[in-house]
Amino acid sequence: MSAHSATAHGHADTHEHHDQGFFRTYIFSTDHKMIGRQFLFMGLAMMILGGLLALVVRWQLAWPETAIPGMSVFLPQTEGVLEPGQYNMAFTMHATIMIFFVVMPILAGGFGNFLIPLMIGARDMAFPLLNALSFWTAVPAAIIMLAGFFVEGGHAASGWTAYAPLSSVVQYTGVNWGQNLWCISLFILGISSMMGSINYITTVINMRAPGMSLFRMPLVIWSLFITAILLLLALPVLTSGVAMLLFDRWLGTSWFLPSGGGEPLLWQHLFWYFGHPEVYILILPAMGIASEILPVFSRKPIFGYHAMAFSMIAIAFLSWIVYGHHMFVSGMSPALGMAFMVSTMIIAVPSAIKTFNWLGTLWGGRITFPVPMLNALAFVSMFVIGGLSGIFMASTPVDIYIQDTYFIVAHIHYVVFGGSIFAAFAGIYYWFPKMFGRQMNTVLGHLHFWPTFVFFNLTFFPMHIIGVGGQMRRIYNPLQYEFLHSQQHWNVIITIGAIGLGIAQIPFFINFIASIWAGKKAPANPWNATTLEWSAPSPPPHLNWGATLPTVYRGPYEYSVPEESADFSPQSQPGRAPAGGRRH
Amino acid sequence: MLDWWLPENVSSFGGDIDWLFHLIYAITAITGILVFVALVAFLVMYRDRPGRRARYTHGNTTLEIVWTVVPSLILVILTFLSVPAWSKIKMSMPATDFVVEVNAKQFNWQVRYPGADGKFGTDDDKQFLDELHVPANKPIRVILKSQDVIHSFFVPSFRIKQDMVPGREIHAWFDASKPGKYEWPCAELCGFGHSGMKGWVYVHTPADYAKWAAENLTADGAAPAQEDKPKS
Repeated sequence: MSAHSATAHGHADTHEHHDQGFFRTYIFSTDHKMIGRQFLFMGLAMMILGGLLALVVRWQLAWPETAIPGMSVFLPQTEGVLEPGQYNMAFTMHATIMIFFVVMPILAGGFGNFLIPLMIGARDMAFPLLNALSFWTAVPAAIIMLAGFFVEGGHAASGWTAYAPLSSVVQYTGVNWGQNLWCISLFILGISSMMGSINYITTVINMRAPGMSLFRMPLVIWSLFITAILLLLALPVLTSGVAMLLFDRWLGTSWFLPSGGGEPLLWQHLFWYFGHPEVYILILPAMGIASEILPVFSRKPIFGYHAMAFSMIAIAFLSWIVYGHHMFVSGMSPALGMAFMVSTMIIAVPSAIKTFNWLGTLWGGRITFPVPMLNALAFVSMFVIGGLSGIFMASTPVDIYIQDTYFIVAHIHYVVFGGSIFAAFAGIYYWFPKMFGRQMNTVLGHLHFWPTFVFFNLTFFPMHIIGVGGQMRRIYNPLQYEFLHSQQHWNVIITIGAIGLGIAQIPFFINFIASIWAGKKAPANPWNATTLEWSAPSPPPHLNWGATLPTVYRGPYEYSVPEESADFSPQSQPGRAPAGGRRH
Repeated sequence: MLDWWLPENVSSFGGDIDWLFHLIYAITAITGILVFVALVAFLVMYRDRPGRRARYTHGNTTLEIVWTVVPSLILVILTFLSVPAWSKIKMSMPATDFVVEVNAKQFNWQVRYPGADGKFGTDDDKQFLDELHVPANKPIRVILKSQDVIHSFFVPSFRIKQDMVPGREIHAWFDASKPGKYEWPCAELCGFGHSGMKGWVYVHTPADYAKWAAENLTADGAAPAQEDKPKS
């Protein structure tokens, strides 16, 4: 199967030559592949916590103020019944953990680190030490975030958006150190992210193998490159924002406090100026991953490579001028709201272009359905729903009604779970052989995918319905409102879906952990794919290739090329036509 | 089912919002169905079968132009259709002599009527907690304030939502065509008591409202005493 591996000479050069001892290999490693795996492990571990917090929230909404099974250990005073302040803490930390410590570490940290050097034909990142520092700065950020659960007053409870002055004045929530640690953790994480993004950008610009022109780069590299630029420009705004929040809490400044001349909406402007590019930081790598996997299992070149790359560039530019759509009813000038409506409608276009090109990729293909492909197809279809539901919010008058309802919650979960997480699963199943040199189990993969897909929709689709019915987000007990009584059965259905969704992740974690040691040995190129990472051994040794780096002769998706016998033509294999890669 | 789960609407601009909602519903439903039909059809038609090779193509410029221009046109049209409702609801204020102030605090709505002199901040102001009485079919101007954190004025049946920001005075308006009692929750997370922070809006017929006002808003009326007067 690895007949087309261009690095036969690389097999002799294994990691023994670069043996750096246990500590330098597994802990403080500067190898981009180990750092990528470390980010992946961190994200998956935090996903368990974030998921359990979501189940706590869901239990409360379906069966309000009843004892949550197993929670009496943590809440002995109430015998497992969640109190309103604890409920606010649970949803705040669910979102904070899922966004900052699950999706970002897995997609940007994990795949970014693992894939960029391997797919552009580099031996490592431009700054390997900075790369290690980036991970080892993220670790204390995570520890500080977790420490918040154990301080007096509980963890942050002002929502992941931390709207001031609720978040900036202790007495409004009663949370003191929880919110402080929340700010400190995100501040440190911002520094970690900056180190990572500078590294990604430099690596992609400077370290590409001979022949790897920008428009021969795989789309996932384009997506990670653009994500890194967004990270570099967006995260510092949040970092400054949380520092200002901390100054308000500690030093008596009043950036966000009107009694001292401050302005609460300033926080929202800072937060969403970061927050909307952030949404694309979460989804662009997912789009990239889908764009890798669909061609491989359709045995076809990606449809509209240039349109795909340029639509991501368009998204990156537009993402800076749409953030105000989070603030249509915030008190921001309604004229500005109109301007943000226009830009928000426009940003839907590149997403539509991408969707149609994915369909075009499938058209006329020779499609097989292994587990990575199933997850990638789930990504495409769920992203379509999440994208379409976004149009409701873009229309300012409609947003007046659905803002702050469960419709928004449904939308964000179709994009971030249906989009980003399904793509993360797809990527893990797809690149696992390269990461660990072994295959994941297919039966467990199906046992994970199908229930996840069904329960995902059972959980999140009805949220549109209760949102249209008017159920506000972040409420503790829907039964406190008479107009919500008639739709409470949906909350029960959603929670049953969420419990199913949680259980459906068990086969994944078993599969992931067991396959690292017990999976079937993987060849260098198990999927018959064309991109450069598959020309290195599985797993690639330290410095990835042997004495010579691969040379790139073609575009990244040369499948089923006429007059070539194999149905895939690796990038490192000279083509018949000398300029093969330039023809799309 | 016919309302697609929207609660009853009793306000004049609520109809505009619901119309746009249904329009977007139709557009997204049709788009979604077309995409899913194509997706499933392709997965079935082009599934792997022995002896067939995939089509070798890198794309089609005409198709790219079509699926860029068509969604753009639809979205531009949708933007233009949204503008009138938005300017009507948020950028203009119908002429009205009915003004009431709502000052939010953790976790109540403090409602203040100007009293007989029509001015706020005078001794004849009348205050109520978590209840707002208005006449039907009359534009109501509400002055929205907050004493502490951000709250949000939300009456699902009026399709109105407007955040109330401390340090700001935000003016909003609504009207209601049908007398009745409408739930009035806070829509922005405002602390541990956010859930359950709600009041009721009572919409009266003009005659009933005159009667209620005579009993509660005149100088000697029996307005309930409030624990803390908001600063104006």
